[in-house]
Amino acid sequence: MMLHNMAYLRIVLISFIIAFSGFADSAAQENSDCFGCHSDKGLKGTHRSKTISVFVDEKKFSDAIHGSLTCISCHTDLEGKEFPHDDDLQTVNCGVCHSLEQEFHEKSLHGKALVKGDPLAPRCYDCHGKHDILSAKNPNSPIAPLKVPFLCGKCHQEGASVQKQRTIHQDHIIENYSESIHGQGLLKKGLIVAPNCASCHTAHSILPHTDPASSISRENIAATCAMCHAEIEAVHRKVIKGELWEKQEHILPACVDCHQPHKVRKVFYDQGMADKDCMRCHDKTEIKSSKDNRSLYIKYTDLKLSRHLNISCSQCHSEVNASHVRPCDSITKKVDCASCHAEVGTQYLKSTHGQYFAKNDPNAPTCKECHGMHGVLGKTDPKSPTFPTIVPSLCARCHREGQKAAVRYTGSQHEIIEHYTESIHGKGLMKSGLTVTAMCTNCHTAHSVLPHADSASSINTKNIPATCGKCHHGIEEQFEQSIHAKLVGETEKQLPVCADCHSAHTIRRADEDGFKIDIMQKCGRCHEDIAKTYFDTYHGKVSQLGYTKTAKCYDCHGAHDILPMSDPKSHLSRENVVGTCQKCHPGATRRFAGYLTHATHHDPDKYPFLFWTFWGMTALLIGTFVIGGIHTLLWLPRALKMQHQLKAAAKKKVETTIKKLIKDKENDGNINN
Amino acid sequence: MEISTTNAGEKEYLRFSRLNRTLHVFMIVSFISLALTGMTLKFSYTGWAVVLSRFFGGFETAGFIHRFAAVIMFGIFFTHLYDLIRRRRTEFGTWKNLIFGPNSMLPNKKDFHDFIGNMKWFLGRGPRPKYGRWTYWEKFDYLAVFWGMFAIGSTGLMLWFPEIFTLVFPGWLINVATIIHSDEALLATGFIFTVHFFNTHLRPEKFPMDIVIFTGRMTLEEFKHDKPAEYEALVKNGALEKYLVEPYQPIVIRAVRIFGWIALEIGFSITIWIIYAMIFAYR
Repeated sequence: MMLHNMAYLRIVLISFIIAFSGFADSAAQENSDCFGCHSDKGLKGTHRSKTISVFVDEKKFSDAIHGSLTCISCHTDLEGKEFPHDDDLQTVNCGVCHSLEQEFHEKSLHGKALVKGDPLAPRCYDCHGKHDILSAKNPNSPIAPLKVPFLCGKCHQEGASVQKQRTIHQDHIIENYSESIHGQGLLKKGLIVAPNCASCHTAHSILPHTDPASSISRENIAATCAMCHAEIEAVHRKVIKGELWEKQEHILPACVDCHQPHKVRKVFYDQGMADKDCMRCHDKTEIKSSKDNRSLYIKYTDLKLSRHLNISCSQCHSEVNASHVRPCDSITKKVDCASCHAEVGTQYLKSTHGQYFAKNDPNAPTCKECHGMHGVLGKTDPKSPTFPTIVPSLCARCHREGQKAAVRYTGSQHEIIEHYTESIHGKGLMKSGLTVTAMCTNCHTAHSVLPHADSASSINTKNIPATCGKCHHGIEEQFEQSIHAKLVGETEKQLPVCADCHSAHTIRRADEDGFKIDIMQKCGRCHEDIAKTYFDTYHGKVSQLGYTKTAKCYDCHGAHDILPMSDPKSHLSRENVVGTCQKCHPGATRRFAGYLTHATHHDPDKYPFLFWTFWGMTALLIGTFVIGGIHTLLWLPRALKMQHQLKAAAKKKVETTIKKLIKDKENDGNINN
Repeated sequence: MEISTTNAGEKEYLRFSRLNRTLHVFMIVSFISLALTGMTLKFSYTGWAVVLSRFFGGFETAGFIHRFAAVIMFGIFFTHLYDLIRRRRTEFGTWKNLIFGPNSMLPNKKDFHDFIGNMKWFLGRGPRPKYGRWTYWEKFDYLAVFWGMFAIGSTGLMLWFPEIFTLVFPGWLINVATIIHSDEALLATGFIFTVHFFNTHLRPEKFPMDIVIFTGRMTLEEFKHDKPAEYEALVKNGALEKYLVEPYQPIVIRAVRIFGWIALEIGFSITIWIIYAMIFAYR
């Protein structure tokens, strides 16, 4: 915009001057008056006590951009002077017309040097010429894009006075530039849009890179490069996303950190080329931190085998300063992975892990706790600690019973790791090696781990269906249509979500007997009465014996698609109920479906038939037992007495028989005698 | 028991025919099977029911045993009915004699008098009545089977084939059938394992069991004491000789007693389980 404004201003000024020069014609000196003398090639004059040629090539002048101006427009001190005028004219002040450029130049390195009286400091004409000034668009102009490197090179090439006598931090500027992709584009390919010196350093506001106002300062370099590389953000997305580049310029690398000034190569930048500087020290196994004596040895092959193989040391250890003898001595902070993994970093800081980290809790896990350091591997690498089959043992490091996270935990979940291992998910992952099976981070997320009470948590009651639905999408769709989901917001009762029936870490296969039996207790936690009456009927009694092939809650009501009977889509609606019965009882009819599956004989109003049948039977039972019981109890003492008498009689009979036998024997003896 | 001890070679009175004895053995086996498997379901909320159900090879097998035993029970019932018809011709001659004769299984005036007399005897107000071939409590047990066959058998069939029954009857009748089946079964088992057991086996003069239902034989002395009216009638018309048979070998008696013990033990166990379930786990 500024450039546009300046151009506009210039056109206005020039047209004014041309207009007024018409009036001035008759009054003052014509250019022809001046050329009357100054077209003489041998004409000499003095300037600051030096004899100089004051010849002006009229042809060149009239061809030049200022050809339509009068001499005195610039040599204002000659206005109205008689010929021949005095020697030692004032230096032409271009700022009369080019005030902005003048201003920029005054503030620039060049301008300041000029004020200091530096003889090497360039003035306007050193670059633009004097009477033969040409537009930058004119290929013959010294400030034409193709010429600029040569123009600047006059002073800044190796061996030139400036390069030798002044402190310029860069060396071989022109050579390097000419070999760079920019220089080759311009000089070899003749692409005048390729950047020349002024494209980056600006034409007039040339400032050292340490000056925040400089176009090549750390703060501004990105904007400067982006003037041409407008789409560079797409390429450097990870670094620049969210304008991190501008916002956190001290943390993030600037263009020139990777693409050295003047040396910008056409080849893709060889990442990590500076790593060898780091490895000079860190390759030594004995290297230790002076602070805490920990080893600072880096196994470079680890890095090269890692996910970060194309990331150089300084991209993570971003505070290094290449101009220091020990570039790393400027490092004050630990590696912030979030400078690239910005989104993940934000998630982490919001998570329980990150909150502890923010409180400087020693137990808080940081990135490296889970991901490792220089050997970081992607989660798809089986050797990575974040590979699905390894994640449970990774989390177990802290969350296994007795470990640092588990001892702080006050919730209801215990022996998480053991339970998980025995669960269907755990078995699928660990025994069957199904890497798509849900493990810790699938439900808890990797970086947004939050307790279930937190409404932002993936395992918060309201979020659980979506979390489980990531894999069990079909089930989630059904569930969302069910009465349990539909009632959300309409009732104050706590509605069940996946985990209420399936549990969190002890999830079993739904076709496992244990699950089938347990599920009835699960439904019964809320549906108390209905569960109790279920257990009074055949289905319930059978299932209590551990038989699972009988109708359980979900066999009739549906599992995830439970709807009230009034809903035509319900499994128990008038349209569907017979079909539901027929799943087990193929011959079921509408009358059959009239079986009361939740009947109780304790409710005379709802089920009078059952109530009276039960009490009728009970009366019969009690009556029979009372009569039978009394009969027996009355009988018992009499029977005992009779038994006693019978025994006595039998004894007497035996005695009589024996006596009789003895008597008979005696008689026999007597007879014999 | 000294009084029932027979002198070797002495003939015994044959009270039950071979068929009746066989039927009763089958009856015991099927009844106990039905009771055990049925009770596990009725009292499914108790621990013993779960254990017992598992012992039977799980609910499915228990259910199969239950229905198999029920078929045997039906078989016994119809065999008995067939036997009655046959004996009407061979033994009783006329339906009238079968139903109203002195050996009828149906209650008659004598049973009423015996009951009154028995009550008096219980209270020490009179002599022990002279019981005939079938006492009134034996008739009660016998007729209870008919009632049970009707009440439990019919409802059992409804529960077995609900799809067929609901072609005609409303669905809630299955619920009613469940209550009748289950409570009538409770009555039957409770009655058999307590009142019947006492009346027949546990009363002091028979203790611990009366094996006449297995052997069919009782000593004349016992016969005389137990069924005086029948004995007198047989002596009177001189038909007693017809019913005198040789006693069984001791080994047969021992086998019969072992079987009896097993049946009694199971019966007592079921009674204890039921009482436990009713008192401590009822709901």
